[in-house]
Amino acid sequence: MSAIFYLLAVITLAGGLATVLLKQLVHCALAATVAFAGLALLFLQLDAQFAGFAQILVYIGAVAILIVFAILLTHGSHMPKDGVFSRSWALGLVIAAGVFAILGWAVLAGISAVPRQNAPPSATVRDIGEALVGRYVLPLEIVALLLTAATIGAVVVAMHEKASPR
Amino acid sequence: MIAASAAANPFIVDADQVFVLLRDWLVGFLPAALRPAAGAVLGVIAIVCVFPGLFALTTVFERKGLGRMQNRLGPNRVGPFGFFQPIADGIKSLTKEDIVPLRANAVVHFLAPLVLVATVFMGFAVLPMGRNMVLVDMDAGLLFFFAMGAATELSIFMAGWSSRNKYSLLGAMRAVAQMISYEVVLLLSSVSVVMISGSLSLSKIVAAQDQYSGVFPHWYIFTPWGLAGFLVFAIAATAETNRSPFDLPEGESELVAGYHIEYSGFKFALFFLGEYLAMFSISGLGTTLFLGGWSAPFSFLAWVPSWIWFFGKVMLFIFVFIWMRGTLPRLRQDQLMNFAWKFVLPFTLLNLVVTALWRFMGPGWSRWIVCSLILLAAYVVMGRLEMRSDHFGRRSYRYAE
Repeated sequence: MSAIFYLLAVITLAGGLATVLLKQLVHCALAATVAFAGLALLFLQLDAQFAGFAQILVYIGAVAILIVFAILLTHGSHMPKDGVFSRSWALGLVIAAGVFAILGWAVLAGISAVPRQNAPPSATVRDIGEALVGRYVLPLEIVALLLTAATIGAVVVAMHEKASPR
Repeated sequence: MIAASAAANPFIVDADQVFVLLRDWLVGFLPAALRPAAGAVLGVIAIVCVFPGLFALTTVFERKGLGRMQNRLGPNRVGPFGFFQPIADGIKSLTKEDIVPLRANAVVHFLAPLVLVATVFMGFAVLPMGRNMVLVDMDAGLLFFFAMGAATELSIFMAGWSSRNKYSLLGAMRAVAQMISYEVVLLLSSVSVVMISGSLSLSKIVAAQDQYSGVFPHWYIFTPWGLAGFLVFAIAATAETNRSPFDLPEGESELVAGYHIEYSGFKFALFFLGEYLAMFSISGLGTTLFLGGWSAPFSFLAWVPSWIWFFGKVMLFIFVFIWMRGTLPRLRQDQLMNFAWKFVLPFTLLNLVVTALWRFMGPGWSRWIVCSLILLAAYVVMGRLEMRSDHFGRRSYRYAE
């Protein structure tokens, strides 16, 4: 664990904390972007170029923009008077801790299950591409179908308004 | 070809590699452990100096060129023919008061121009600007370039939202909607190049085009799918950099200046710089993907240093940008979106299929005819269907009645 790792971890965690603690919703979205960027840099630090760049492209380029659009289009950028924190935040904390515990347990249990390798595994973009259209082509196609269905659903939701002319 | 001429004349090699040799000579003064880091720092310094210098030159050329097209002189007071105008502009923007609106979100307002300029500069890191002249030769260079491009959108939103001005927010929303729509096209048109060259590394893409049949180069623009892909790429690049005729986000006549309306002094200059740098980097990418990057247009011109070809092609792009700005009127928002989603995107998707066909039909003249016919037929049919005049009827308002 190098100093860079700890620096990136602090940035990512600070971004994540700011996301849930800040009051202004747009600030929360921007803080989430910081957390996304920190995660991407962590991937890059592990020499996983594809995952890192895809993280930036998808999460900062699309998901953050989507969140921001959603906030602005639903007038969420105005602060409500009675605070923005949910009253069941304690329950949320318990659920989050539970999910974190399960994930941590799975990762730690997985270390002993996988045989120890001497050389660090390398996954170039070419390897990932060949795996995606080779061995994992069926899951890829299923995801594509799911996304197409989601797109059609979004179009149907958006068209609903037009059915009743004013 | 290159090797032959290089062996024949060492002076040509020196001219071609002058910057690489200069870097190695400078780095040679340091102990061996520091050399890679020092080399990288020198590369960064070169990028940070060259492109803003090019930006200064381009502003004066643009104003001169627009003036020529509009039958006036353009800047002509500072220095010979007004060529020192950018220096005067720089001093002016440095000494102007930095005004932040009272209700503005000061932190985000401050960060937005910095994020824009920083992310735009990052894109230059993977562009091969000459033979052996690339700062970081990444395996996934193209992906890195697009990832950085995606991050600039957020900075534009930050600027527009934090200014707390309705014009700036409207401009930012327009900019983000437009950039997202055309980014899809930009990515998909580059994918066809990746399909043929089989690599995401920009230097490998250039190397694949640096071959000649007779005197003619193997640039991707000289194939049916490459020409179609290049045209689509150029349209999307114009929209992505918010240049005319896609300059709705800052349409002066309706939004005053769009997302940077509340910026003054040096922060405004940073936005100005960021926009021009984005133009340079997207032109550099277009050059790299379709126009053979730093390779010469004819094999007998290969003795000209490679970096001259790269920057020459980029400046050609910039000239076309200026020319279009002086010629074309601004699109309307609905025209912009219809054009992106109903015409350009389907055409790009079809181009992907055509590229695959080109790849698997193998060499021979039959693939030239088949691919050209498919693309031409699609262009004509889609143009007739989508751009029929009855689409341009009375405008229907949804919210503004």
